[in-house]
Amino acid sequence: MIKCKTSKEIGGMGHSIKRKEDARFIQGKGNYVDDVKLPGMLHMDIVRSPYAYAKIKSIDASKALEIPGVVAVVTGKDLEKYNLHWMPTLMSDTQMVLPTDTVMYQAQEVAAVIATDRYIARDGKEAVVVEYEPMTPVMDPYKSLEPDAPVLRPDKEGKTDNHIWHWEAGDKDATEKVFNAADVVVEQDMYIPRIHVASIETCGCVANYNKVDNHLTMYMTTQAPHAIRTVIALVAGHVGLTEEKVRVISPDIGGGFGGKVPVYPGYVIAIAVSFLTGVPIKWIEDRSENLQADSFARDYHIKVAMAGTKDGKIQATRFKVLADHGYTDASANPSKFPTGLFSIGTGSYDYNNAFMEADAVYTNKPPGGVAYRCSFRVTEAVHAIERITDVFATKVGKDPAQLRFENFIKKEDFPWKSPTGWEYDSGDYHAGLKKAMDVLDYDALRVEQAEKRKRGELMGIGISTFTEIVGAGPSKDFDILGIKMFDSAEIRVHPTGKAIARFGTKSQGQGHETTYAQIVAEELGIPAANIQIEEGDTDTAPYGLGTYASRSTPTAGAAAAMAARKLRDKARKIAAYLLEVSEEDLEWEPGKFSVKGAPEKSKTIQEIVFASYTNHPPGMEAGFEATHYYDPPNLTFPSGAYICVVDIDNETFEIKVRRFVAIDDCGNIINPMIVQGQVHGGLTQGIAPAMYEELIYDDQGNILNGTFMDYLVPTAVESPNWETGHTITPSPHHPIGAKGVGESPTVGAPPAIANAIVDALSVYGVEHMDIPITPYKVWKKLKEMGKI
Amino acid sequence: MREVRFKINGEEKVVTVESRTLLVHMIREQLSMTGTHIGCDTSSCGACTILIDGKSAKSCTLLAVQANGKEIITVEGLATAEGLHPIQEGFKENHGLHCGFCTPGMMLRAIELLEKNPDPTEEEIRWGISGNLCRCTGYNNIVKAIQYAGAKMRGAELPSTEPEFV
Repeated sequence: MIKCKTSKEIGGMGHSIKRKEDARFIQGKGNYVDDVKLPGMLHMDIVRSPYAYAKIKSIDASKALEIPGVVAVVTGKDLEKYNLHWMPTLMSDTQMVLPTDTVMYQAQEVAAVIATDRYIARDGKEAVVVEYEPMTPVMDPYKSLEPDAPVLRPDKEGKTDNHIWHWEAGDKDATEKVFNAADVVVEQDMYIPRIHVASIETCGCVANYNKVDNHLTMYMTTQAPHAIRTVIALVAGHVGLTEEKVRVISPDIGGGFGGKVPVYPGYVIAIAVSFLTGVPIKWIEDRSENLQADSFARDYHIKVAMAGTKDGKIQATRFKVLADHGYTDASANPSKFPTGLFSIGTGSYDYNNAFMEADAVYTNKPPGGVAYRCSFRVTEAVHAIERITDVFATKVGKDPAQLRFENFIKKEDFPWKSPTGWEYDSGDYHAGLKKAMDVLDYDALRVEQAEKRKRGELMGIGISTFTEIVGAGPSKDFDILGIKMFDSAEIRVHPTGKAIARFGTKSQGQGHETTYAQIVAEELGIPAANIQIEEGDTDTAPYGLGTYASRSTPTAGAAAAMAARKLRDKARKIAAYLLEVSEEDLEWEPGKFSVKGAPEKSKTIQEIVFASYTNHPPGMEAGFEATHYYDPPNLTFPSGAYICVVDIDNETFEIKVRRFVAIDDCGNIINPMIVQGQVHGGLTQGIAPAMYEELIYDDQGNILNGTFMDYLVPTAVESPNWETGHTITPSPHHPIGAKGVGESPTVGAPPAIANAIVDALSVYGVEHMDIPITPYKVWKKLKEMGKI
Repeated sequence: MREVRFKINGEEKVVTVESRTLLVHMIREQLSMTGTHIGCDTSSCGACTILIDGKSAKSCTLLAVQANGKEIITVEGLATAEGLHPIQEGFKENHGLHCGFCTPGMMLRAIELLEKNPDPTEEEIRWGISGNLCRCTGYNNIVKAIQYAGAKMRGAELPSTEPEFV
């Protein structure tokens, strides 16, 4: 059981209180962006390219403009007049809003049709005639680096190839020395496929520019409303949209997962058209548009190697990555981190030498890649280290659990400096894996597996013991376009002791309205039920960088605690004044100050707050509110031990996940029900790329599965019954000892599943398979190996 | 333009629509009932699921004119003056939703499932909601929510809503 310091009535940390936000969602009263309806609003639809790489010879909008209700057709040439046809990406690359001469990927925006309703906008879109001159696209990132590849970005001055950037971490020479001297070296190429966040709500906006007030209100599916406001002001300040004239409202969001961090051309076109016409413009993507044009993630080609002793001690690792960014680097990483936090990939193991390098390349695929439920490329890194650890265990003939126990960083060795420079804050990896093994009875499963193998049945057990890195971040290293990645909380307590608290983050389903209230309740003793939480409106919320990379609890959650502590300090002063004692004579328990040794003399927080408005001490500011901008001293390092058991049909090769146990350590837990819910959801998003999802393109750049008919988001049938649990190793530097959890399961699940499948197939000599691992791929692999 | 007469959440309506108007758009835009959502364009996700004459249906795949003479229930019609519908209570009590976008469709699908099969097994629930996608919850708690609602609807003892988080 998780210990709680507060009563159930107060509902502070550790209580599984039911979510405050649910009342509106279960009654159809959520307010998502497509629910926003403004007087006089026009609808926008987007003409998209059928080709992956083509010259635009002409765009003829005349037939579209003849349709009653079609108001305008906007092209790149129209935007060019205002210098709005290009925009910066968050990675300091550039991206077309609408093209003036060339399209660079299939489904790229080519023109926008504005009409009085969405059906007429779609009619208009069908009637726009675009003449293209197709060219041969570059789809293979390796071929894109060859000398004879066409230069895809001649718009970038002086560019003579398709290479974007090179990145390194660790000590190359020292690592090579260890590799050269090692008993055992294993190496494996692996591909982490291009996948999609596929939140059930697509992206969209309503841009409402009011010409009279020169003011833009932008309702938008964004995870980072404040950052977006600043970006709008930076890009469109020259036409008068300066920051005080822009209000970004992020209403209820139907799932984000990183896909609603970037700025997509549709948003910009809607703003431009509203700005030019003074009319509200609504743009809502179709699912197919969303899958085909926005928010792809991963697409990393990784060569990973591990060196160690013959008795299984890991000594060094080496990673070489080729990152396919598509047409532009439209990632949403912190500015100084082109590969995000990939350098966490040295894993949970105690060794001193690692070297990593990555190169990024342009191709004719849609731009990206977003950090899909992942603290910036951690998923790719964890897959590589957890997979190669199993390859190494097989090579030295050790059980993968045993090998992990022998190599884990020990609990007492934290804080631990990783070979790539991170300082892991805390962890107890042995306890997590032991707990996961106990829940499953690991030894009994190995006995069962041995018996099944004798009968020719395929059963596999896979482990993943990962270390996450979240909570970006300390401002010395982390910024987006120069803005430091702190986050904020503002708490106002009303005279009757009820509060409103506002944050710079933005929930997309994580339950902030409940968990932030619990943090404030924990610190102030005001019942969580009496604390209203608001986010997502830049006119009212304090500035913050938003919600992604599991950063809300580590940053804004910390800010909530710190702001509440400022208020508790004030409350102590007021209580001392009211009780006519010195501050040192008071002691705090959740909800009241009492006099030491005379507990009957006390003031509740509600009495104290009331006094701050009605009877505040002379010389003290009246009122009861506080703001805190929290700049974390370090990242937090959640971890997990996941074990997956699979059965594979030895004729059809259908793979069934029989059991999956996930033990997570996210430090102190705010709401166990919500933490568990986050883990469940992330696990299903982990089985997805492990077994089902991949965006597939042919060599002409056509997407082969760009709809929900053939992009296989797991249903309740594919998703097994997840078994979850926890260990608690508080973060030593976080004010409430929490670490963040949303992404751990998405990061940790794919290698556990892949390791289980490879373990099952190891009887045939299979050492590795790239995800997603499907029955067809298994059949093909075994056929190629001559085993069937 | 066509005139469509139907009952929605107990109320008689007469709405004039284009023949091509999808039922989901009529509900969302002409009736301003925005609890019914749109998550795809291939009838795959089920966010638009409603009940028509008691049967769950994806309202993105029906024309508004097909609602003529029918009785429709949307999420807005579930709660009554007495309180939440058991399925709503089930979702709230069991943390069966995160972002809430799939939830209305998921609940309406579950209602038909429970009416046909008041005490379904986990397997029957999973297959029963396999036409509705949820990207947030991992489905564990949706299954629990539906089991809870089933128990409540048939007057059985309510299952525990404590998370099994060992």
